[in-house]
Amino acid sequence: MKWIAAVLFAAMLVLLPSVAGDFYVNLASQILIAAIFALSLNLLVGFGGMTSLGHASFLGVAAYISALLTSRYGFAHGPAAIVSIAGTTAMAAVFGVIALRASGLGFLMITLALSQVLWGLAYRMSNVTNGDNGIAGLTRPMPFGISLDSAASFYWFALAVASVSFLMMTTFVSSAFGSSLKGVRDQPRRMAALGFNPWMIRWITFIYAGFWGGVSGLLYVYYNKYIHPTSLSTTSSAEALLGVIAGGSGTLSGPAVGAALVLLLKNYASAYVERWNMLLGLVFLFIVLVMPTGIVPGLSKLLNLRRGSR
Amino acid sequence: MPISRRQFVSTAAGAGIASVAAPRLTFAQNSGPIRIGLLAAKTGPLASGGIDMELALTMFLKERDNTLAGRKVELIVADTAGVPATARTKAQELIEKNNIHCVIGPLAAFEALAIADYLTEKEVPTLGVAAAEDMTQRHPSPWFVRLTSTSAQCAYPLAEYSAKELKYKKIVTIADDFAYGHEMCAGFQRAFEDNGGKIIQKIFTPLATPDYGSYVAQVKSADAIFLGTAGSNGFRFLRQFIEYGMKDKMAVIGGMTALDESVLRNMGDEALGILTTSWYSAELDNAANKVFAPAFRKQFKYDPGYYAGSTYLSGQVLEAALTTTKGNVEDKKALMTAIRGSNADTVRGLVKFDDLGNVIGNVYIRKVTRSDGRLVNSVIKTYPDVTQFWTYDKTAFLKNPVYSRDYPPAKYLEP
Repeated sequence: MKWIAAVLFAAMLVLLPSVAGDFYVNLASQILIAAIFALSLNLLVGFGGMTSLGHASFLGVAAYISALLTSRYGFAHGPAAIVSIAGTTAMAAVFGVIALRASGLGFLMITLALSQVLWGLAYRMSNVTNGDNGIAGLTRPMPFGISLDSAASFYWFALAVASVSFLMMTTFVSSAFGSSLKGVRDQPRRMAALGFNPWMIRWITFIYAGFWGGVSGLLYVYYNKYIHPTSLSTTSSAEALLGVIAGGSGTLSGPAVGAALVLLLKNYASAYVERWNMLLGLVFLFIVLVMPTGIVPGLSKLLNLRRGSR
Repeated sequence: MPISRRQFVSTAAGAGIASVAAPRLTFAQNSGPIRIGLLAAKTGPLASGGIDMELALTMFLKERDNTLAGRKVELIVADTAGVPATARTKAQELIEKNNIHCVIGPLAAFEALAIADYLTEKEVPTLGVAAAEDMTQRHPSPWFVRLTSTSAQCAYPLAEYSAKELKYKKIVTIADDFAYGHEMCAGFQRAFEDNGGKIIQKIFTPLATPDYGSYVAQVKSADAIFLGTAGSNGFRFLRQFIEYGMKDKMAVIGGMTALDESVLRNMGDEALGILTTSWYSAELDNAANKVFAPAFRKQFKYDPGYYAGSTYLSGQVLEAALTTTKGNVEDKKALMTAIRGSNADTVRGLVKFDDLGNVIGNVYIRKVTRSDGRLVNSVIKTYPDVTQFWTYDKTAFLKNPVYSRDYPPAKYLEP
């Protein structure tokens, strides 16, 4: 049953552009990008117990590096992508060293501070980043000579990247290393006593999360063909965190569902509801009250209850 | 041009994908309504301006019974929330889902810049409100026109007026720390210094500054202070400026959004006598504005200003162009040509466009006075047909980098 459902779901995803209009296909591409971003944040929040409020740094920096290299220094998209992902990952390694000196609230504040530094730089270093005007006039890459300018082709590209990233992150958390990560989350002292190095485990996870954050940033800039300091702001970090928590942190599909929910409320429901910010708040309130562990765990619990009562 | 094999393959593949995507596109019929999309920030820090934009445009269409050039008009308003990525999604929604024929807005420069390429690619006639200089200077688009003003266009006349008529020698500028503030102050500085004045201090404050006290304390002694602020920031700064007793020491002058009518209604006698510059004033004495301003005031209990004026103005120019094309919006090229060629008599006076799509129109120096018990911006001098290049040579102007925090460099800053 489960397999059939999965195959059907996959087929639905692949065939979406042939049934839906451009607007909806573009919306789906944005959901995929937000889902990769939320999944990478979930590695920290859900599986590592490290609540970060600065994850947008990775998205923003990858996007900015790619935008600058292609528009100003004449790089082709391939090398620019490699440099931007490598740069973002290296930055994650450095940020990890700084942020992991603390845990809990301290960790949250340091990640917030670091992301604010980058946001400030993007805003103020206008000779490099073009400041508040942002960088416009960007192009999308042409992998294997295929143009990604149509909504459908970009969607399939994003779907391919998202599938790979989902697979890679699933493998990561279900591996032996993933188990040790969950161990460190729940019982750091016991793990240390068992001979594990909790700091190293957290650090590697932080870098891995930064890497996928960077990948989502690349897709983000390809999609928007424009980058502005707001994408580095606390708001965009917080939105992703809300998505992770609403969907169900520490589950594999939860963050993707949560990211989709946030995006749909923000970009779709806002066309019909004037006070969409209020709607967003009410939906989160509902989730917190009815399903405090998130949508995906909450729904599966409901399903189990129904099965049990039968 | 010879086509390499790779190019051919990629084009063919692109065309293949496009043809898969194409059949779903619904083509508008000539008989249907004209669909106008308004991009306005109705939530977030720019909300008050965005809401004014919607109110005025709705009023404009209602006055005409939702009919322009004999065709029904459908207005679709999308909330950009003042966020570039959202503005882009909303633009896509308007074009791909609602099949609109033309766009009015958005307000903020970064929103406009985020969607400029997309609108050009989709060939959608756009009547912009955002003031970003380069949209009609170094990066113009054949599908974009601006009816309001570039960031600096209205600042030049005030700079000349300050130097020549008010005989100010030294001025301090203060503005919000984003592109609009930078560009406006840069333009003001350029024209003021070319007329013999000196800008001795430039202060930029974050867009959301809860307390201006520390900035007021920094202000150096000068003849006047120029406010390049947007939204309600000018009002908030001014209140503290007056509380500190500074208004007795120097004059206050302001840019086109510093003491907008929408802000002025919250002020008292302390605002009297302040000079600002704009392409519009609710007090303008022309036929169109005599209909618009009183009607707006009657309905919403305050005067229309920059934001409300901008969309009403866009509506008027669009109507003039539609009359030329006999209501044909399906031929986008013809519509755009008609818009660019229009010479409409609007709420701001006669407007026409330069070849880059920016407006050439009157700029007014206005003074805050009291009339019928409320504060108004009464016009004291009109600078006719001001262009975005002011008195400067266009070619030389465009060779320079775009205005910014540091360009043109301020030579007379006091330490």
